[in-house]
Amino acid sequence: MSLKIVREPINKYMQKIPLGLIHIIPERCKECGYCIDLCPKDVLEVGDERNIKGYRWPRVADGKAAECIACRMCEWICPEFAIFIVEADRREYV
Amino acid sequence: MSGELKLLKPGTYFMMGNIACVEAALIAGCEFYAGYPITPSNEIAEHMSRRMPQLGRHFIQMEDEIGSIVAVCGASAAGVKAMTATSGPGFSLMMETIGLAAMLELPCVIVDVQRAGPSTGIPTFVGQGDVMQARWGSHGDYELVVYAPSSVQEFFDLTIEAFNTSEWLRIPVIVLSDEVVGHMYGRLVVPEHDKITIINRKRYTGPKEAYLPYSHESLVPAFVAAGDGYRIHMTGLTHDERGYPSLEIEDSHRLVERLVMKVRKNARSLWKYETFYIDDADVIVVTFGITARSSEEAVRRARSEGLKVGMIKLLTLWPFPEEPIRIASQYARRILVAEINMGQLIHPVREVAECPVAGINYPIGYAPPPEYILDGIRAAV
Amino acid sequence: MGQKVVLRERIVDESPRDDLIRRERFPHIWCPGCGLGTVLKCYVEAIAASNIPPDKHVIVSGIGCTGRIAGYVRLDSYHVTHGRPIAFAEGMKIVRPDLEVTVISGDGDLVTIGGNHFIHAVRRNVDINVFLVNNFIYGMTGNQMGSTTPLGAKSSTSPYGCPEPPFNLPLLAAALGAPFVARWTTLHVRQLADAMKRAMNVKGFAFIEIISPCPVGFGSYNDLRDGRDYIKLFLENCIVDHSADLNKVGITLKPGEPIILGNFIDREAPTYHDLELEVFKKAGWLK
Ligand code: SF4
Ligand code: SF4
Ligand code: SF4
Repeated sequence: MSLKIVREPINKYMQKIPLGLIHIIPERCKECGYCIDLCPKDVLEVGDERNIKGYRWPRVADGKAAECIACRMCEWICPEFAIFIVEADRREYV
Repeated sequence: MSGELKLLKPGTYFMMGNIACVEAALIAGCEFYAGYPITPSNEIAEHMSRRMPQLGRHFIQMEDEIGSIVAVCGASAAGVKAMTATSGPGFSLMMETIGLAAMLELPCVIVDVQRAGPSTGIPTFVGQGDVMQARWGSHGDYELVVYAPSSVQEFFDLTIEAFNTSEWLRIPVIVLSDEVVGHMYGRLVVPEHDKITIINRKRYTGPKEAYLPYSHESLVPAFVAAGDGYRIHMTGLTHDERGYPSLEIEDSHRLVERLVMKVRKNARSLWKYETFYIDDADVIVVTFGITARSSEEAVRRARSEGLKVGMIKLLTLWPFPEEPIRIASQYARRILVAEINMGQLIHPVREVAECPVAGINYPIGYAPPPEYILDGIRAAV
Repeated sequence: MGQKVVLRERIVDESPRDDLIRRERFPHIWCPGCGLGTVLKCYVEAIAASNIPPDKHVIVSGIGCTGRIAGYVRLDSYHVTHGRPIAFAEGMKIVRPDLEVTVISGDGDLVTIGGNHFIHAVRRNVDINVFLVNNFIYGMTGNQMGSTTPLGAKSSTSPYGCPEPPFNLPLLAAALGAPFVARWTTLHVRQLADAMKRAMNVKGFAFIEIISPCPVGFGSYNDLRDGRDYIKLFLENCIVDHSADLNKVGITLKPGEPIILGNFIDREAPTYHDLELEVFKKAGWLK
């Protein structure tokens, strides 16, 4: 790109990028990794703890929580109903 | 337009057996018929296809007999009375789903107009070779009820009875007719409709949280239909009282026991039979279906020859009417079981009889002439 | 307000969709990475979005891994014999046209042992939805090949590679006259749920083929041992083409040969119910 000036929209303050609060039901997770792999923002990673069946459920990677944009891909792809998103007002948290 | 007006009116008719079966089903409240063409049951489907739409009820010709009985189960799960009719090969195809109906406890009626077998056999000839199949045809442990008519009137009466029993016990009920009874024309007396007992399955209407679709509290749990709002689960897998699949021995035991006991414990009220001249009989012919017609004549002739012969006509084949046979066997010297096969009903008879039992078998595609049975009687006396 | 809170995952024990699943039965029996749970998720989302009350939705399934799906949905749910859910659903829908009856079952169940019911239900245009989950194999019985196993694919009964060509299911359904025909994978969650929702509102037989990962079964024989291998396969090979020539959408799973997805057909045709009402008129029941 030759144009170096990156213009910021003047109404940027009005734009709301949604924030997703990540909720996990550890006992349901089977560690398939879909939520982790398919998160467009790399918010999730494999956790350390294991559930009763021995699977490590996902957790939010360090410092990544605020990057969740509540796209819900993790929630939709999860075959176990083990992860879901509650949308929040970004301004309240970040 | 009222459906009531279009049911067969009370009165006396001269009618074909298969047609009488249809009219009985309509009076019993059958709302759904699914079937596949097969001789010699076709008049049932043909007449159904004409009559059901006149009453706003449903007739569908399915792609095979499996689809037919499965669709019947689906309709029953939706809460309506449903039936199918078939013969030998089609009856064989239905066996797996008869087990499903028993397991899900879906009331339904299956009419088997028996023909000569095995395999394709002689489609237009009569047989009585499905006696054991009707009882034991599906795998696993279950019980059902099998009625066998020997006349147009009985075909009519037992079809209504079959619906009533299936609704009462939530089981598949089989009307084991045969080619001759299905095709014969005979006298039919239709009583006033309000004199005809009609039983409808017990429905559950209580609170949702308390509902257990397969509660063992009573032998026959109350039914809910699809769309009633109970969000029921039914599965052919062994299930617990909630209807959920279970691998627990205890659940399996209680379920199978209940499926069997609901018929066994009610056996006495399910037994239907008629006796002729048995009070002083030395020899008793036990028979059913069209063979009972020939046998009755044979017994009459034997009596006129001075032979002490009686007869028991079984209208209920299963659960097997043990007690009347056992009691008769305590007074008779010999029991003869007449049937159009190489010996099927003879087995349960032998199991309960306290006197020697022999068969009069006539497995050749015709109703046995009375002389044939009379010869058997003379040989036994 | 405005003050930063340390954000992290929250551990809970139920999900907002638990009202539509039989949560007491979770975790379900399916393998890690199996796509069936995602099919279930899309189905309940479609129900929630369908404008039809859940009490009017009915699910019927047959035997096999997919067959278990009926047992996990909090709806009137029927788990019947192998190959027969469509016939069961037909009987139910014909006597209760007000119910929204959906069959979800596997490829082996619906088009192999149950193929006869499938073709005739489409031909009749009974107003049911059939969501066929195609995992290319008989998973539950131990990974035997079936009528959808791609030519040459390995399975426990095709050690030398499947010797038979598979069905092209969208073509089959379309040729039989189905008013709605679609194909998606479990990766295409929104498109799949949207197609399901559309299917529920289509008058007549609505068919969706859902390509689903079976890492433990089919995958273990065919170099797709992890759910992620399937995701890669889908990401790399799927092409969305709503107006695809259905003669050319057969699945080979060969490198470079695409898996074509889309809502291929959405048309109107008289349903079994419409035609039955005509019969009722001719018979004098209806004016
Ligand atoms: S909602 Fe989207 S961005 Fe947020 S964690 Fe899930 S997949 Fe990632
Ligand atoms: S998608 Fe679901 S089951 Fe898979 S790792 Fe994520 S939370 Fe666990
Ligand atoms: S065998 Fe395949 S289809 Fe069956 S549960 Fe496992 S992954 Fe799913």
